[in-house]
This record gives sequence, C-alpha cells and structure tokens, in this order.
Amino acid sequence: MTAQAAPASLYLGQLATVTAVRPLTDKEKLFDLELPSGPLGHAPGQFVEVSVFGYGEAPISVTSSPTAPGPFQLCVRNVGTVTGALHRLEAGAKVGIRGPFGRGFPLERLRGRDILFVGGGLGLAPLRSLIHYAFDRRHEFGHLTILIGARTPSELLFRDEFETWERRHDVDVHVTVDRAEGDWSGHVGVITTLFPKVQLDPKTTAVVIVGPPVMYRFALAETFAKGVPGDHVYVSLERRMKCGVGKCGHCQMNGVYVCQKGPVFSYTEIADLEEALG
Amino acid sequence: MTLRVIEKGDLPGLVDALIAAEAPVVGPVRKGEKHVFGPLARAEDLSLDYVTTILPPKKYLFPQQETLLRFKAGPDPQAEPVFEAHPLTIIGLHPCDLRGIWALDRAFGDDHVDPHYSARRAATTLIGFDCLPDSYCFCTSVGSHLPEPGTYDLFFTDIGAAYTVEVGSERGRALMERHAHSREATGADLALLHERRKQKEALITAHLQADVQTLPLLFESVQKDPLWEELGAKCLSCGNCNLVCPTCYCFDVGDLMQLNLQDGQRIRQWDGCLLTDFATVSGGHNFRKKTESRLRHRYYRKFQYLMTKYGRSFCTGCGRCSRNCLAHINPPDTINALVAAGEKEGV
Repeated sequence: MTAQAAPASLYLGQLATVTAVRPLTDKEKLFDLELPSGPLGHAPGQFVEVSVFGYGEAPISVTSSPTAPGPFQLCVRNVGTVTGALHRLEAGAKVGIRGPFGRGFPLERLRGRDILFVGGGLGLAPLRSLIHYAFDRRHEFGHLTILIGARTPSELLFRDEFETWERRHDVDVHVTVDRAEGDWSGHVGVITTLFPKVQLDPKTTAVVIVGPPVMYRFALAETFAKGVPGDHVYVSLERRMKCGVGKCGHCQMNGVYVCQKGPVFSYTEIADLEEALG
Repeated sequence: MTLRVIEKGDLPGLVDALIAAEAPVVGPVRKGEKHVFGPLARAEDLSLDYVTTILPPKKYLFPQQETLLRFKAGPDPQAEPVFEAHPLTIIGLHPCDLRGIWALDRAFGDDHVDPHYSARRAATTLIGFDCLPDSYCFCTSVGSHLPEPGTYDLFFTDIGAAYTVEVGSERGRALMERHAHSREATGADLALLHERRKQKEALITAHLQADVQTLPLLFESVQKDPLWEELGAKCLSCGNCNLVCPTCYCFDVGDLMQLNLQDGQRIRQWDGCLLTDFATVSGGHNFRKKTESRLRHRYYRKFQYLMTKYGRSFCTGCGRCSRNCLAHINPPDTINALVAAGEKEGV
C-alpha cells in the first residue's frame, strides 16, 4: 500500500463522557452521556453502539429526546458482558459511541395524531424518547395515552417520572404489573389487560408498541381489535446488531436489516415478514 | 479487453518472476489429497490441477479473524483503527471464486464502504485460471462458469500447448508487460478457447432445473414448503457450509485483551447463520430457533435477499457446501425439489 492517511473506520466512533449514573431498578441504570462534538443528533427511536473497551460493544436505544438540552441518555439493563461493564462505570468514565443508527419513529406521520404508547418492560426505554418528544412539542400531537407494564412493581422503569406524567391533565397514563408485591395498590395483569381502559378513535390514532418479543402478538391483537389500521401501528424491534451498518448479518429478519430499515417499523411493513416478531 | 497468449513452457518463468517481484504470492497448493490456497515459494508449488480448495480465497480478503481497532482500556480509553492490508497476488482463481470475490465486493464495498475490506481488496491482484469441474460443480446454472470482465486482473485458459490470457485491468496489463513473454492471440487461439469452454460446460453434470434469475420469484412461494422441515431434521447446525462458502460474510465482533489488561484489540471473526445462537438477543430470545429456519435463511440469502439487492445469485455453484455437508444437503437437490414443488403449485 502506498502511504496515505488512514481512512476512518466504520467501526470507530467517538469517546463520550458519562456525566451521571442513576440506578432505576435492580437491573437497569440510566446513563447521561456527553459527546465532545455536541449533541448526538438522533431522532427518537434510534440506537447507538456503545463500547466499553476491553469488554466489547452493544446496541442500545437512546431513551432521551433530541428536544432535551444537555447530555443524551441510555437506559441499560445488566444482562451481559458489555452491559455488566457499563453498570460498573461511574460518572467521569469514557465509553465509545457509534451512531446514531437506524430509522426512528416516523415523526412526520405521527404529527397531528392521537397517540397510544404501549411500553412493556425495557420497551419503555426507547418509547420514552418519543414520549418526551411529544411532551416537549405537545401542540403537535392530539390526545396522548400511555400504557406501561412490568413484571413486578420493583421492575417498573422511570417510576418517579411517570408518576409526574400521571399528574398532567393532557395525558392518560395507565400502569400495570404482572404480579403485585409490597404495597402495590395499582392494576395487576399483563399489559393487554389495560386496553379496555383506553378510548380511542381508530381514524385519528397512531399506536406505538415497544416491548419484549412475546408481548407484540398480544398487544397487536388488542390494537387491531380497536380498529387501528396497520399502517398507523408502529413497533421497535430488538436484534443483536454487531455492526450497525448492514453487514454483520445478525439483525436480519427475512431480507430486511433491522439496523438499516428499523428498528422502528409500521406493522404494515413487517406483516409479511415471518421472522419479524419471532 | 486484450487477449494475449503465452506458451505453456513460459508459465513457470512468469510465476517465478511474479514471486520475485510481487511477493507475497499465493495459489492452490496440495494438502494431502486436497488443495488449499497457500503461499508459493517457487513456481513448482503452484498446483493448477485442482477442482476446488477447502476454503475459498475470501480468507485473504476477509480473514477468519482480523483486527478492526487497537485500543487502550481503562479510565482514559483511546482507540484507533487498524488496517491490516498488505500487497498480495492470488494466482489460480477459478471463475466461481472470482464471482465469490465479486459478491464480497458488493457486500463490503457498496453502501457503507467497509475500509478494512476495501484496503485489502485494493492491495490484491487476482489472476484467474480456467478449471475442469467435478460432479459437485454447478457453476453453469448460476452463470459463474466464465471469467467475467471486471472481476480479474488476468485470466488464463489452457488451450493445449499454450494459455490464452485475458487482460482485465491496467494492473494486469502492466504485469504481463513486465514479466511475461507473450504474443497477440490469433483467430486460431480464439477458436481453441471457445472449444475449451464448450468442453468444460459439457463436463458439468449437476444442474439447477430452473433459470437462476427466476429463483427470487420462486422463493416468494416456497417459504413454508415441507422440504425445509425435512432438511432441518437432517442438518446438524455445524456451520460447515458457512465456513467454506465463498460468499458467506456474516461476522461477530468482540474484544481481545492483553495480559496487562490495558492494551486490547477489537476483532471481527467469521460467524455463521446456521449456528444455533446466531439470531439470539440478550435476554435469550432466539429469532431463528429452529434448525430449518436457519437453513432456509442461508438459502434465501443466496437466492433471494442478496440476489434481489445485487442482481445476481450469491451462490457461485462452487459445490463446497455440498462436498462438506455432513448431512449431504446440497443446493442442486434443494433447489430442484423447490422447483418441482413450485411447478406442482403452478408457480
């Protein structure tokens, strides 16, 4: 090779500084991150590849809204090598960030509509980026309804935060847990048991569903029972993206690379993809 | 394209000259009863009398393991990209393997350009040789039996007492000028070349019973064919087919640390969609839990997904997966059963 300036690598991002770490539950922590170049420049629903050097890299959805000033936020569940290493970091630590990647929530198509948000478990993390966006540009959206579910009360994410959402007059919030524990006096049952509480106009509503793989079929069935058409129903799909640039193959469902065309899809886009909902 | 001719007796001299001037040079060498691509120290090492190598030449362009980044871990981490490219000349590539490199060029070079692959590729010279098939080869069915201009620097065909040499690039032209005693081809040479190609085509016994360009459409209707379940019951999920495939390029990425726990490398290594956990996410959900769904996925990549995107089959007809499958699963039998099923349904 002739001597030339080394090209940048697709696989090398920027170093971000962790400016705050806050535990949310036994398994999840919220990380505030700052890039030297300024804002991340993401859209709600996009993800980044986070590196803890020596441990590896993992795809994590951004949980903050681009409308929020200051650091961007990641909500990380401790489930593996990289996320375990992240959980051991403290403010001041530096991590690698590549991205933002993928296609987020379709803001143009959501504007002007009523929105039903359905967040199961860790699915609330990516959904929160859109919820905050809608709060910050409240006039751009119609009626907002938020359904939140977790297995137990202690696993509810952003509990203090959605308790403030519940006090707002311009949003309906319904929360459930699969199993009650402690002093829980709220609703008990899987997230689909909240659907009877929801009044919506299928002609003006968009439904955004994010949750574990098992949740989608049931939540979609409830959504369609209310008459919302598939092209106004959105999901964000989880895959183990190793590259984020449509090469490594890990996120492919049928012929579609989730890291390129997703992670957010309308139901219509994935209805014929057998591998989409697993 | 220029067609030159070199006498057979002049080939060893050319190979030795390339080894002296263009080192390192690799090509097919014997390994027991098989062949592998390996380094050539002298012309005699080159063993052109081969059907296929165990591993395809992708190992030079997309190594089984390669470093993407070098980093220092710890509170003040630092990382920089690593490009491991070195000049390399590969001699003895058959048309199917040139097609495989074409496919890798599309996968790594189109859209988001992968600079690690591209740096290697730019530093590599490709010298092809025509071949004689065995009973596993089905290159004529996927259109990879002929050297395609743009996929090689030089391409040699044995026409008896001499080789025709198709010059496919400026780099190839320069190599010929520097190292080869050659003459311009005559009409008689061209006739021999065509004759030789006809003979090769006649020797191919394995065929797909459909025009390969119709397969993406056929695949629209055979997703739920019972054949997948049948093959899934036989498949051992060993990933041999991924390993030996000239166009399988899926990879995993991870970190390797030195003993000082400070210096490390981010590496990528071959992965395989037939392996059980390929589509598993953290938390344990596996999006292709059944063997049949993983097997089917590989076929769909070769004959539909990537084919639709890039216009040509990502199967090169080299037969490596057929030769190496412990369960005797092979593309011609699989495709032909699907074609038959499609005909029954009137597709």
